[in-house]
Amino acid sequence: MIELVGLTKRYGEKVAVNNLSFTVRPGIVTGFLGPNGAGKSTTMRMVLGLDHPTTGDVRIDGRHYDHLKDPLKYIGALLDAKAMHGGRSAFNHLLCLAQSNGIPRARVHEVLDTVGLTAVARKKAKGFSLGMGQRLGIAGALLGDPRILMFDEPVNGLDPEGIHWIRNLMKSLAAQGRTVFVSSHLMSEMALTADHLVVIGQGRLLADTSMADFIQQNSRSYVRIRSPQRERLLDVLHGAGITVVESGSGTLEVDGGKPEHIGELAAQHQIVLHELSPQQASLEEAFMQLTAESVEYHAHADTPHAPPEPRREWGSDWKRGA
Amino acid sequence: MAASQVLRSEWTKIRSVSSTVWTLSLAAVVTIALGILISLLSKNEFDRMSVKDRLSFDPTFISFAGMSLGQLAMIVFGVLVVSNEYSTGMIRTSLAAVPQRGMFLSGKITVAAVLALVVGLVTSFVAFFLGQAALGPHRASIGDTGVLRAVIGGGLYMTLIAVFSMGVATMLRSPMLSLGILMPFFFLISNILGAVSATKKVGRYLPDQAGSKIMQVVTPLGDDTPYGPWGGFGIMVLWVIAALLGGYALLKKRDA
Repeated sequence: MIELVGLTKRYGEKVAVNNLSFTVRPGIVTGFLGPNGAGKSTTMRMVLGLDHPTTGDVRIDGRHYDHLKDPLKYIGALLDAKAMHGGRSAFNHLLCLAQSNGIPRARVHEVLDTVGLTAVARKKAKGFSLGMGQRLGIAGALLGDPRILMFDEPVNGLDPEGIHWIRNLMKSLAAQGRTVFVSSHLMSEMALTADHLVVIGQGRLLADTSMADFIQQNSRSYVRIRSPQRERLLDVLHGAGITVVESGSGTLEVDGGKPEHIGELAAQHQIVLHELSPQQASLEEAFMQLTAESVEYHAHADTPHAPPEPRREWGSDWKRGA
Repeated sequence: MAASQVLRSEWTKIRSVSSTVWTLSLAAVVTIALGILISLLSKNEFDRMSVKDRLSFDPTFISFAGMSLGQLAMIVFGVLVVSNEYSTGMIRTSLAAVPQRGMFLSGKITVAAVLALVVGLVTSFVAFFLGQAALGPHRASIGDTGVLRAVIGGGLYMTLIAVFSMGVATMLRSPMLSLGILMPFFFLISNILGAVSATKKVGRYLPDQAGSKIMQVVTPLGDDTPYGPWGGFGIMVLWVIAALLGGYALLKKRDA
């Protein structure tokens, strides 16, 4: 269990993590979601005692990180796949970590086998691909057979097979009753692996909810309508007591409406429709809306009055990523 | 967290990177080879020396002449042992494994210092015996007064140079910045301060000048250095302690 209480990190004027309080529980995968620069990595570094919080507190199973005896046996973390000396072999990299925490040498062979790096155990880490580096980092996290595991963006830069492997690994670790805390900036990735969701934006807690609740609350369904007789259609829909939202470029949206009902209404009043389509807002869009105000690096920061086009870029991005 | 675990871990780290081997062997080879060369030159020069120079002639110290260059490799060793952690990002993995930063730093420095001491002592003894062989009739014997102290002192000197560099590298983190400051400091600034009479009095309190006093057996005529071999060594130790404390304070305070 990881407990964060009022965790805050300031760099001069800039607040990277702002009064963050939540608990990561065992037995499930907890997704830690936020746009780039939201403070996810800073938070994780504070969990490991690498960065000192400005105020607030993090505890691992009730204790501060630096009070853990042999911390790798409590919590294993993958923060950065490149956080290793490239000139050292994979085996020696893991061996020095194992020795510092009194973990037997045999365990090094075991975790190398688990992540599928036995064949390259004596090779220098600098020759490794990103995926292999990621696997070596995960081997380091698993080394102490810890009850808590923490992964920062573990699927970044991996091929589909690697992504699949990591997803299954996280699920199986949680199924063994371990605490699994994994960060991502991709909602779609979290939807596939996480049972619980912690969303942050600009260092603030935006949501702390179960995945099921998040989906239920945020998967808005609506009907999209386009018509050349837009004004008449609006009148008709208003007359029928249907609330219409005008979205950009002349399309109308009816929340929770039935396309059959609207189509029949239009036919009765002889209104031409160019489009009548049921739509499901993606979780990605829900996430986008949740974090919209807190995204630090807008793609179109210099054109603040542009319509919310970046939304679409987001969707295509995660589709490619998934 | 047991200290022995950290020592074993740091030993694995230091023996598993190639920079350890090449820096230490370079330090040994350069010190010994240059020492032999200068010993040979001094032997040939001896007959043409003035009386004053002959009275100041220190065969032990001459055989350590290569240390002025060999210590630079020792500096690179010390800097890389520490700054490798930072330049590769390994420091985060290391501190996650050993969150007690004082324990981490002392473990790392102990292992590196012991290794430097072993290499330094071997280098010093080899440089002495080969240098004396090259000096021929003007040679000193290991049994002469102060000679054994000077030879062991040579090993200690090289160790402290490395440890001082580790302290500085812990403060500065970047290998380039650390080397960019330490190299000119020991190779140029210290020599310049020592050569100019106005700054000579300041220069001899610098770590290398004070520390190298321990390798002298014959005090040069007219030398008014206010400290002896162990006094100079003590001054160098103070420098090393200061560098280590500075490194520890920053490591403790900083985000990794």
